[in-house]
Amino acid sequence: MNTSAERDVLVAEGITKAFDGKTIIENISIHVQKGELVCLLGQSGAGKTTLFNVLSGLYRPEQGRVLLGGEDITGKPGHISYMLQKDLLLPYMSVLDNTAMPLIIRGMKKKEAREKASALFHQFGLDGCQKQYPAQLSGGMRQRAALLRTYLSSQGVALLDEPFSALDTLTKSAMHQWYLRVMEEIQLTTVFITHDIDEAILLSDRIYIMGGKPGVISDEIAIEVQKPRDTDFTLSEAFLNYKRLLVEKL
Amino acid sequence: MEEKQFPTAKRAAAEKKRRAVTDKLSPIIALVLLVAVWAAVCGFGSIPSYMLPSPGAVIRAFVGDFPLLMEHAAVTLTEAFAGLGIGIALAFVTASLMDRFRGLYQALYPLLVVSQTIPTVAIAPLLISWMGFDMAPKITLVVLTTFFPITVGLLDGYKSVDADAISLFRSMGAGNGIIFRRIKLPSAMSHFFSGLKISASYAIVGAVIAEWLGGFEGLGVYMTRVRKAYSFDKMFAVILLIIIISLLLMGLVTLLKKAAMPWERKGVQNV
Repeated sequence: MNTSAERDVLVAEGITKAFDGKTIIENISIHVQKGELVCLLGQSGAGKTTLFNVLSGLYRPEQGRVLLGGEDITGKPGHISYMLQKDLLLPYMSVLDNTAMPLIIRGMKKKEAREKASALFHQFGLDGCQKQYPAQLSGGMRQRAALLRTYLSSQGVALLDEPFSALDTLTKSAMHQWYLRVMEEIQLTTVFITHDIDEAILLSDRIYIMGGKPGVISDEIAIEVQKPRDTDFTLSEAFLNYKRLLVEKL
Repeated sequence: MEEKQFPTAKRAAAEKKRRAVTDKLSPIIALVLLVAVWAAVCGFGSIPSYMLPSPGAVIRAFVGDFPLLMEHAAVTLTEAFAGLGIGIALAFVTASLMDRFRGLYQALYPLLVVSQTIPTVAIAPLLISWMGFDMAPKITLVVLTTFFPITVGLLDGYKSVDADAISLFRSMGAGNGIIFRRIKLPSAMSHFFSGLKISASYAIVGAVIAEWLGGFEGLGVYMTRVRKAYSFDKMFAVILLIIIISLLLMGLVTLLKKAAMPWERKGVQNV
């Protein structure tokens, strides 16, 4: 236990957040290890997004604290990157400038920020899109560009709020494969929200199940399957067993 | 399947092309017809030419008085541009402050709307008695008329920003300054140019009205002179010039918009 606690990059302890006297999430504690891909799975309205807003520092919780690498970052934005279902690429900036934005915000020179972002375009499947505007890209590419921006704004940890749910099934499946491959390479510690059980099992190392009103963590399941996982995994016996288990718990 | 689709697609393209041509042709035909009716009415002699000059007479007056018209136009344009420039600057400051401070927005917005209901013809003589017969009251009137559409345009633009985009930038550690410069301002550009287009036409009309009501030079002054002399052909000529100048200004705004917002054009391709 001690050794795993030492490897934890992100820790949330006893988070409670209320709006107008109504408690949305109560006493939530999660921990995420370096390089881990952890999923928050639950029905809508369970307070997953609220928890994300607390983790990213946009909301200050009534109780509890958020630690990043041991440092208290409760209510302090700018430490953990955040990506929504909407790609939120700014239509008036080139794709390159959009992705370089977090570096520019952090005070990096524009030229240097562009070079750094541009160097990652190949890895994110965005070759040659630097000078294009977001409206010229397909949905999947826009999402990859948003992921690249998230990666560049992360100082090790990224929060993804239903990152693939706006994509059509085929694009989504391709994105999952690409995502697993890229994660292997860049080793980004990630917490992501989904209500798609298949997606949770395919991508996660560990799943937190959230539910109830106010929202609490009702269970935690580790997916002990070696990565990289391919599409065959989604048809395997192990996958179905996990799925059965999760359906029961939800 | 494709063979069957092809002629349809071709027909659709031809139809589109034909429509583009008729769309452009229709207003021209309407205008030509209108001028023809005008010329005919004058030609039959049912209306005396000093009451309604013929199109030919208007053109002759326009050409004959061209140097004088240009002299006056220069004055009017100077007032319009000065007023528009100050109006834009003032609108930027006001709208940005109103967006930043909610209390200020609540306090000023009703006043802004009320200020627009004050008739220009009523305020212009007051301005002239306060500021004299020089350019100052004219520029002030132009500022008053152009300021509002731009301010409202900018305010709407600032409000149109996706709140999630701002949250995202905050999560990246951006402060108010960066959010304003990188999100609010560029997002408001298209609203700004819509307001500017309206203001550009207001600017000319505002300057002319102020000159009409008191002054020594400018197209408005020229108008009062030719009206008193019952030279209606010259009156129509100056109206024609004001129309041309207003259209040119609006065209200039469209060009500026295209130059300032390149993503608008590129965005449409291969979506």
